[in-house]
Amino acid sequence: MPEQLSVDGPTITELPSDPALRMTIEQAHRSPSKPAAGKLLDVRNLSTQFFTPDGVIRAVDDVSFELGHGETLGLVGESGCGKTVTALSLTRLVPDPPGKIVAGEVFFDGVDVLKLSTDAMRRLRGKEIGFIFQDPLTSLNPTLTIGFQIAESIRQHMGLSSKAANDRVVELLSKVGIPRARDRLGDYPFQFSGGMRQRVMIAIALACDPKLILADEPTTALDVTIQAQILELISTLSDEFRTAVLLITHDLGIAAGMCDRVNVMYGGRIVETGMVDQLFETPQMPYTWGLLDSLPRLDDTREGRLRTIEGMPPLLIDPADACRFNPRCLYVRDICREKEPMLTPRKGEGHDARCWGTEPDGWIK
Amino acid sequence: MTATVPEAAKRVRPTDEHNLVDVDGLKVYFPIRAGIFKTIQGTVKAVDDVTFEVRKGETLGLVGESGCGKSTTGRAVIRLREPTEGTVSFDGVDLGTLNSDKLRRMRRRMQIIFQDPYSSLDPRMTVGSIIAEPIETHHLAKGAAKRERVAELLKMVGLDPKYVSRYPHEFSGGQRQRIGVARALAVEPEFIVCDEPISALDVSIQAQVLNLLTDLRDRLGLTYLFIAHDLSVVKHISDRVAVMYLGKIVELGPPEILYYGPGHPYTRALLSAVPVPDPQAERKRRRVILKGDVPSPVNPPSGCRFHTRCWLYERLGQPENCRTEDPPLRVLSGDHRAACHYAEEALKTDVGIAHLDDTRVRRGTPDYAFKAATVDAAEQAARFEAPVAELIAEQLGGTTTAPAEDSKDSKDSKPAE
Repeated sequence: MPEQLSVDGPTITELPSDPALRMTIEQAHRSPSKPAAGKLLDVRNLSTQFFTPDGVIRAVDDVSFELGHGETLGLVGESGCGKTVTALSLTRLVPDPPGKIVAGEVFFDGVDVLKLSTDAMRRLRGKEIGFIFQDPLTSLNPTLTIGFQIAESIRQHMGLSSKAANDRVVELLSKVGIPRARDRLGDYPFQFSGGMRQRVMIAIALACDPKLILADEPTTALDVTIQAQILELISTLSDEFRTAVLLITHDLGIAAGMCDRVNVMYGGRIVETGMVDQLFETPQMPYTWGLLDSLPRLDDTREGRLRTIEGMPPLLIDPADACRFNPRCLYVRDICREKEPMLTPRKGEGHDARCWGTEPDGWIK
Repeated sequence: MTATVPEAAKRVRPTDEHNLVDVDGLKVYFPIRAGIFKTIQGTVKAVDDVTFEVRKGETLGLVGESGCGKSTTGRAVIRLREPTEGTVSFDGVDLGTLNSDKLRRMRRRMQIIFQDPYSSLDPRMTVGSIIAEPIETHHLAKGAAKRERVAELLKMVGLDPKYVSRYPHEFSGGQRQRIGVARALAVEPEFIVCDEPISALDVSIQAQVLNLLTDLRDRLGLTYLFIAHDLSVVKHISDRVAVMYLGKIVELGPPEILYYGPGHPYTRALLSAVPVPDPQAERKRRRVILKGDVPSPVNPPSGCRFHTRCWLYERLGQPENCRTEDPPLRVLSGDHRAACHYAEEALKTDVGIAHLDDTRVRRGTPDYAFKAATVDAAEQAARFEAPVAELIAEQLGGTTTAPAEDSKDSKDSKPAE
């Protein structure tokens, strides 16, 4: 379709309009050889399934993405879209049974973590990869002191003496903004407020200078003013230590403020990926439009009804070969119900979407 | 400084000056009991001297962080919680003077929608009996008329009436919240306290429920007290907004004033903390990061309760009266009230509102896309939803255990014992 390509810019001129051809290009792009050079994390065709009495749930279905050193990547989507399971799969923390990573490769710093021994995996978690979970009350052990819990991974992974470990703990606690850190080593989690506990979680995550932090809804349980404190802390610390962050959030506002790049997930698939500006300026997928539309905004001047996405997210048991968003989509055509679109390039470097309608020869323009 | 209020944000509000609810000097204290004799060790001042009014036909938003007393206020207003001091009048009648019988009759006119759709519906009652219960309690309808009313209510909230004999666990969170709304509407109330009605739901489902609440308000002429922690949501739905901090209302006014030129430093800090889904606006923002946590309501700070975290207090060189004098909620202009000694100083700054000036508001769906729509949005919205359980069964190729078309021939909506 050369007449459209002239409008759409040079990046997609080479792109064949035949979906079959595009597929081979995409496959070539992912051909199983060496991990992407210079990338900290390279996830390829990751699939995680849950085997339940009702059937096999494809929680994460053929997900591929990369994350560079010091980069912040957002995984955005609603509950059940597979964003948390993706993060758990990266560190092989998916509860088994019923969950199982059935396919894919996860290269972390050039090593496929899915092939590592249990011991090697344990050495990786906590040392190279730090975690911040949603609920700091349940992710800290209530019967152990804060000092012990932070020092645990330092002793485990860095082989420091208990005195040196303690000094490191004090240093970390002051870094995350806990006043009078040395006096608080003997305190238990219940003596800390929600925001303080999340700071402790961040201290644990940073304890061994990890290369990657997985932050799963780190501020969802917190109030907005505390959320602002924690987000500020995460972004300053990740800049300072050049730590990459995989930020999982349902809040598009947080993604807009924190991330360099964003993956939008729906029904176990990545449906759109791009640099943060591309994604918010020129989204290319009706689901992303719908997500942005359904948010009431502070800077909004519109009145009355919000535009919504009607219906509910799909069940991920035996999904048909069709766009998973098609029952809720306003732009649906027959092809959407007959064949699932691939994640294909859009205008702009690194901006991909999974939608027949917004493809160069699609009908939404 | 006040950001320019866009023309579109100035809306016509209910002009009826008749107050439906008058809250005067409301205090709700909870005793802390400890030790073997359970002696009173202190009091949590959850709500401490709050005065406001809800005008007939308006939606008053009540916003604040957890523990600020907004939910307790909401409950005290419809007397689910006995106030320690102060009065609440509904339509001119002081609720404190009513005996339990009269209060029950008054409650028909005021209802509440709760936050958690998972715990606020009895799992052993069918949807039909959940909605029919208030109708029975208030002797509004019997037999066929009652069943008809239940069906009508279900339709009103977008659920198919054929699912009356299903149980709450078969529905999704958003659908359950619709059931909660139907139950509240069952007695034809005039006033509904919406206590964080969408906080537990996903973004796309939040918008659906929010639309349902606005539609019902406009259709039935309801008055809402809308409690939420999300400023964007409150701004969207409210005619006036009250901001609470540590048991007090610190600012009250129409949303365009509150969001474009707030007079209380706390409101400004809140505004600056809310993330906006626009990367450019986010980069432009200068956040006021408040120090520390909200102080305990057992020992609130002296004077102005916000002074321990206040950026304006620091900026003005820690004036003494902030520590010693509790600022009253005073009128700044017209309908705008704030409780700050130095509200005029706050108005001179652009803290918290800088990013609102001259941002082009970008929406999700681009304008060109609508031409390509093949499904009518309104039509899609009007479709009734089947319970989640039904969808799963359908997908598995089996049939559901409960018959679906039993609403017509069922004797009663009560479950079989």
